[in-house]
Amino acid sequence: MKSSSSAYSPLHRRAFLSRATYGFGAAALAHLWGGPAAAPAAGSPGILSSTHLPARAKRVIFLSMAGGPSHLETFDPKPVLARMDGQPMPESMTKGQQIAQLQGQALKCFAPQIGFKKYGKSGQEFSELLPLLGTMADEMCIVRSVYSEAINHDPAHMFMNTGSQIAGRPSMGAWATYGLGSEAENLPGFVVLTSSGRGGQNQPIAARQWASGFIPSRFQGVHLRGKGDPVMYLNAPPGVNHDRQQDVVGAINALNGQHLADVGDPEIATRIAQYEMAFKLQSSVPELMDLAKEPPSVMDLYGCKPGDGSFAYNCLLARRLAERGVRFIQLYHKDWDHHGDIKQGVTLKAEEIDRACMALLTDLKQRDMLKDTLVIWGGEFGRTPMSQGSGRDHHNKGFSVWMAGGGIKPGISYGATDELGYQAVQDPVDVHDLHATMLQLLGVDHLRLTYRFQGRDYRLTDIKGKVLTPIIA
Amino acid sequence: MISRLAPILTFLLLAAGPCAALEKVSYNRQIRPLLSDQCFACHGPDASKRKSGLRLDLRDSALLPAKSGARAIVPGDPGQSELIARLSNADPDELMPPPSTHKSLSEEQKQLFQRWIEEGAVYEGHWAYLAPVKPTLPADAGHPIDFLVGQRQHSLGLGFSAEADRRTLARRLYADLHGLPAPAAEVEAFVADASPDAYEKLVDRLLAASPYGERMAVWWLDLVRYADSAGYHSDKERNVSPFRDHVIGAFNQNQPFDQFTIEHLAGDLLPNATQEQKVASCFNKLLLTTDEGGAQAKDYEARYLQDRVRAVGTVWLAQTWMCSQCHDHKFDPMLASDFYSMGAFFADIDEGIIAAPEPGMMVFAPGQQQVYEAATAQRDRLQGSLEAETAESQLAYLRWENGQLQAALNPVWTPLMFGQRQAADGPALEDRGKGVYLAKGADPDKTVYTLTADSYPAAMTGLRLEALPQESLPTGGAGRASNGNFVVTEVKARLIRPDGSVAQELSFAKATASFEQEVAGADHPDKKWSAASTIDGDARGAEFGWAVLPQTGQAQSLWLELGAPVAAVADTRLVVEIQQAHGRGHHTLGQFRCSATTAAMAQAAAAPAAALPPPLAALLVKPIDQRSAEEQKSLVRHYRSLAPEWAETRQQLAQASAQIKEIEDRTVRCLTTKSTPNKRVVRLLPRGDFLNETGPVVKAALPSYLPSPKIDGREPNRLDLARWLVAAENPLTARVLANRLWKLFFGIGLSKTLEDFGLQGEMPPNLELLDWLACELRDGQWNVKGAVRSMVTSRTYRQVSTASPEMLTRDPENRELTRQSRFRLDAEFVRDYALTTARLLVPQIGGVSTKPYQPEGYWENLNFPARNWLPSTGASQYRRGLYTWWQRMFLHPAMLAFDAPSREECTAERVRSNIPQQALVLLNDPSFVEAAGALAGRVLAEGPGDDAGRIAWLWRESLQRPPTPEESATLLTLLTGHRTAYLADPAAAQSLGQAAPPAAAAEHAAWTSVARVALNLHEFITRS
Repeated sequence: MKSSSSAYSPLHRRAFLSRATYGFGAAALAHLWGGPAAAPAAGSPGILSSTHLPARAKRVIFLSMAGGPSHLETFDPKPVLARMDGQPMPESMTKGQQIAQLQGQALKCFAPQIGFKKYGKSGQEFSELLPLLGTMADEMCIVRSVYSEAINHDPAHMFMNTGSQIAGRPSMGAWATYGLGSEAENLPGFVVLTSSGRGGQNQPIAARQWASGFIPSRFQGVHLRGKGDPVMYLNAPPGVNHDRQQDVVGAINALNGQHLADVGDPEIATRIAQYEMAFKLQSSVPELMDLAKEPPSVMDLYGCKPGDGSFAYNCLLARRLAERGVRFIQLYHKDWDHHGDIKQGVTLKAEEIDRACMALLTDLKQRDMLKDTLVIWGGEFGRTPMSQGSGRDHHNKGFSVWMAGGGIKPGISYGATDELGYQAVQDPVDVHDLHATMLQLLGVDHLRLTYRFQGRDYRLTDIKGKVLTPIIA
Repeated sequence: MISRLAPILTFLLLAAGPCAALEKVSYNRQIRPLLSDQCFACHGPDASKRKSGLRLDLRDSALLPAKSGARAIVPGDPGQSELIARLSNADPDELMPPPSTHKSLSEEQKQLFQRWIEEGAVYEGHWAYLAPVKPTLPADAGHPIDFLVGQRQHSLGLGFSAEADRRTLARRLYADLHGLPAPAAEVEAFVADASPDAYEKLVDRLLAASPYGERMAVWWLDLVRYADSAGYHSDKERNVSPFRDHVIGAFNQNQPFDQFTIEHLAGDLLPNATQEQKVASCFNKLLLTTDEGGAQAKDYEARYLQDRVRAVGTVWLAQTWMCSQCHDHKFDPMLASDFYSMGAFFADIDEGIIAAPEPGMMVFAPGQQQVYEAATAQRDRLQGSLEAETAESQLAYLRWENGQLQAALNPVWTPLMFGQRQAADGPALEDRGKGVYLAKGADPDKTVYTLTADSYPAAMTGLRLEALPQESLPTGGAGRASNGNFVVTEVKARLIRPDGSVAQELSFAKATASFEQEVAGADHPDKKWSAASTIDGDARGAEFGWAVLPQTGQAQSLWLELGAPVAAVADTRLVVEIQQAHGRGHHTLGQFRCSATTAAMAQAAAAPAAALPPPLAALLVKPIDQRSAEEQKSLVRHYRSLAPEWAETRQQLAQASAQIKEIEDRTVRCLTTKSTPNKRVVRLLPRGDFLNETGPVVKAALPSYLPSPKIDGREPNRLDLARWLVAAENPLTARVLANRLWKLFFGIGLSKTLEDFGLQGEMPPNLELLDWLACELRDGQWNVKGAVRSMVTSRTYRQVSTASPEMLTRDPENRELTRQSRFRLDAEFVRDYALTTARLLVPQIGGVSTKPYQPEGYWENLNFPARNWLPSTGASQYRRGLYTWWQRMFLHPAMLAFDAPSREECTAERVRSNIPQQALVLLNDPSFVEAAGALAGRVLAEGPGDDAGRIAWLWRESLQRPPTPEESATLLTLLTGHRTAYLADPAAAQSLGQAAPPAAAAEHAAWTSVARVALNLHEFITRS
């Protein structure tokens, strides 16, 4: 089967075989067998040989609050709205605007259902249901003037994650790993975790929210699950223990190595590296998820139990992923879609996230990782100042997001909605601006991270995006 | 040496750019790509973004003087041309392109502009918008593809590689034409076939076999974004599988591509459209749709329009029209107004905008439509006669009404009022008045209702238990099972004293019922869910009793005749105990009433059930002349649903309805396009914003930049659009098709931008070849199989796929076709290869989508409704990959790992990645583990007796070649190691191997390891 047209010298081939038989690191292979195009998903370089700018953040933990948290019960205090409870919304404000379920109904002001409190030295004001997070107020920058194009969950998630409402675009985590690669040796560069809330408003989310779209698949988010195989098909088949799986992988790679020597196709070298990586994942992922070595104090800090699938548990995993060099970690916590009984709904959610978010920030800070980990908290949109019965409808004209760490100016707030919390009026922040700022902190000029598709150089920020320099430390 | 050096020199010259002053600078090849990439964004077709009024995409505009008097381009005089000055200007404010754009030109590129202007700055039309010209070939050209490829190679000093060996060719043809592995025997027969046309015979055999259509469908289904779910939000399932089967059939029957196109876009508009043509029109329904609460119709109307226009642009024309949904295109001449005019072609499609997918049209197997129509005609006739009014039927009705009134006045039955009610395991029995009780709350599988009445009639002769339908119960029946049914397993009655002791146990002599269920009665000792089994002391089995499916929607009565009249005993109360011990599926009574009688049982049972629903009972006491027609009708309808004189008609009607339902249940459905004269109004949406209604209303019109026919006196429709796409004048469609077919068989398109033939797309290095192929299609009845045959029978196709170091340097990307390509199989075929080699594959063509094993909980983030993936059972588990259920929001993870697209947008080219997830799928996905186990079983059953012989047998089956000595050694080591390990670990052997005696299981497990290696090899999943 030897082909005389092999591209590789006999010496080269022998050298490869001797190493392939005994196995060696994927990263080494990636360097041996070509640049980024042949590089494996993890522990791999990105497209940029160096960052455009000095990186303030090495990684991102994005806490996606799916369903659309009400800014009016969480991070945007509106005393005037309280005073106008039950009165009609000024028509000048709402006329001709996108409205979701309240279409064609009388629009009435609805007072904030939860009180607000000042926290920390900075005196940041947010929900009284978040006292633990309040202890970290001086680390947080609250942006109160975000707006989105989309007003329904699905397109709004697409927009928040990909900067476009059209399916098939790469997600922000894919863009980040495409640009920067990942430092994680044996884990994917972009990891997604999901959790559900107890309130029963668990709106669907879609795999496209962490897809790689038209950029190469190796940059897609890998969904790490609390139940079953943590990564799809991670576990060896029944009756195949670690050693026997290793034998099989070893035989596959030995034969692929012989084939490579025959036909000289670099794809085979990549394939060999990927089998090594897959096999390593079979130990590195269980190691990641094994919390036995976490001291009780940490478990108490987060208030979770191993494998309980809670948002807090995912926050702890996020910290472990961050420690292992994963570039982009995205947590979805669902159940924020409070069309009815928003008081009860937000109360439940606050219980679920207050300790968890505090613990994540505290833990990162204690490990001196907050300084280069950018934490972002936010939903795909906010909720109306108008009532929908005892709840609020979807709202995209102004809502709140907070950030911490990774070069963000701590203890400040930025931007504002009008006095009723309807429209972002002071320093409005487009979703693309959030993306631009996030990339900037990662050391990437959002204008220069592009991928050509269908004749056009696409960016995460599409044709928009301005860096929010006032919130950068 | 000279002969070897010359081509290299030529190549080097070309590589450095055509600085050899032999050739003129080509506008289309060299200048336009630079202008488009570097300049058009600000100086191109989009008027709103044009800077300084300078437009460079049209020669006339580019030559005009600016306000300053400067001219961008002065033909023949680069020194006077501002463009040249700006390209090298030291002042960053003057430099073009501006540094802020991060664009820049190399010195060579600047030189090109210089020379092009020197040579007169000649513009050419964009190659793809000019009609293809068929190259004239000399009479002795031989295979036209080889002639055109060879001609160009020769001009570059390149040449063909050798022909691949026959094993490789057979494997390649099977992969390319069937997406299946070549059977070893076929490969060997082909290797041994000495006839001169052996290769062509194999090609023709493969083209004629039905897996060809399945293979071709995969590529097309990506393009048209075929999927089993709606896409947005709840991602609901929808019925579209007949469309997929239509595509398979069209490729197999080699339907001309023009007709195929017309039926996709406008099958419904064809005169006397056939079922198949309507199914084809499902294309228009494959877009993403939503039923999300709070979604605005106007918003989604715009999205659907935009989605459809993008689709037409991508699928047939390789035009990136999506850019024009917000503004005039930056590079191409497509205007925003063109975009929305194109959208207006789809304004006639009748559909809910915010709506769950409709069920769609029934798609009948041959002959079934007539059967179905006959049954519906019969049902309608019977229904009509059941409702028809005759003098006789009116008289019968009046008799019935009279009887009802009598019964109401002199009730034979006395409802029992139960002051105390107990229900085992939690349900509460709510008093609904007049002796009616409703079970609520806890919903156990078994219960006993113990009911105590303070008073009862003296000299009781029998009891009646009525099961009374209730809207709040499942399917509006009387029971709490999900189908509205219940099972009463035993009824007991006794008289008790105040202290609870039994004064008298009542015994029943006979039980009859208004209806006894026969459905699912096979296990019941009576072969039906009989009344008798409620008083047998559970002799027939405690779980058996009386049930009423499918008559759950009507009030039903169980009559229990006492052995002898029961005299009243002073100071006693009557206890009725209704046992419901069926134990599965909540088969308990929902709403019921118990009554007692003192009349003779025969008479009492014949008395009209006082089960007239309350609204009807109220009507009955209203004088007949005061009832409205509708009120009277409802009474008549009720009467006829019960009256014995209508029993036969009802029986026939039930039969016809059952037959209709049976046909409906087994007939697949398909979304199709339906046209309405009430077209939606279409406006140009500035910035694509649906809230902005300031744009002009537009009518359907073809884009102005491509040749189009004149249509006078009416607005063109979808049929006109479809015909325009495949008209001889259309310069794009045939080229786009030819280019994409080429990609299937060569790994890369002649133009590598499969999805973009606009100005940013790549002009094919060998345009003559693309044009020859396009003209052959266009002028040859759009014969797709013919084009495929032409490609795969060429010498170009038959080359080896290995590259010499020289070739890797001189034609690194193989754009000059100096060899074949090697690439990994598509996701679907990776599965097909494993299942076929294991002999698990069930080669059925078409049908509803199937569900291969999928990790538990993978759909946990789907909602409305929450869904579970239930893997297909039996033969359906082993179908080809292209039949896999395509859930857009969560595509099957094995498919996703191998780059199958989610099909939310039209995909002209799949990403082809090499990622660790692929290794995990092949190693651990139960489908592949099962295939390895089955393959190991084949080795043991069909292979020779010795290890080495078996390894050779396995290699022949999976790779169609013998193993090398090194391979054999590696596999033998694995085999013997695992044989020992599994013999020592019988439990593991049982888990992996087949259930068998320990030694056999260990042997099977060890061979499964070897088979897993085979199915994981790069060579196994690579077409070379």
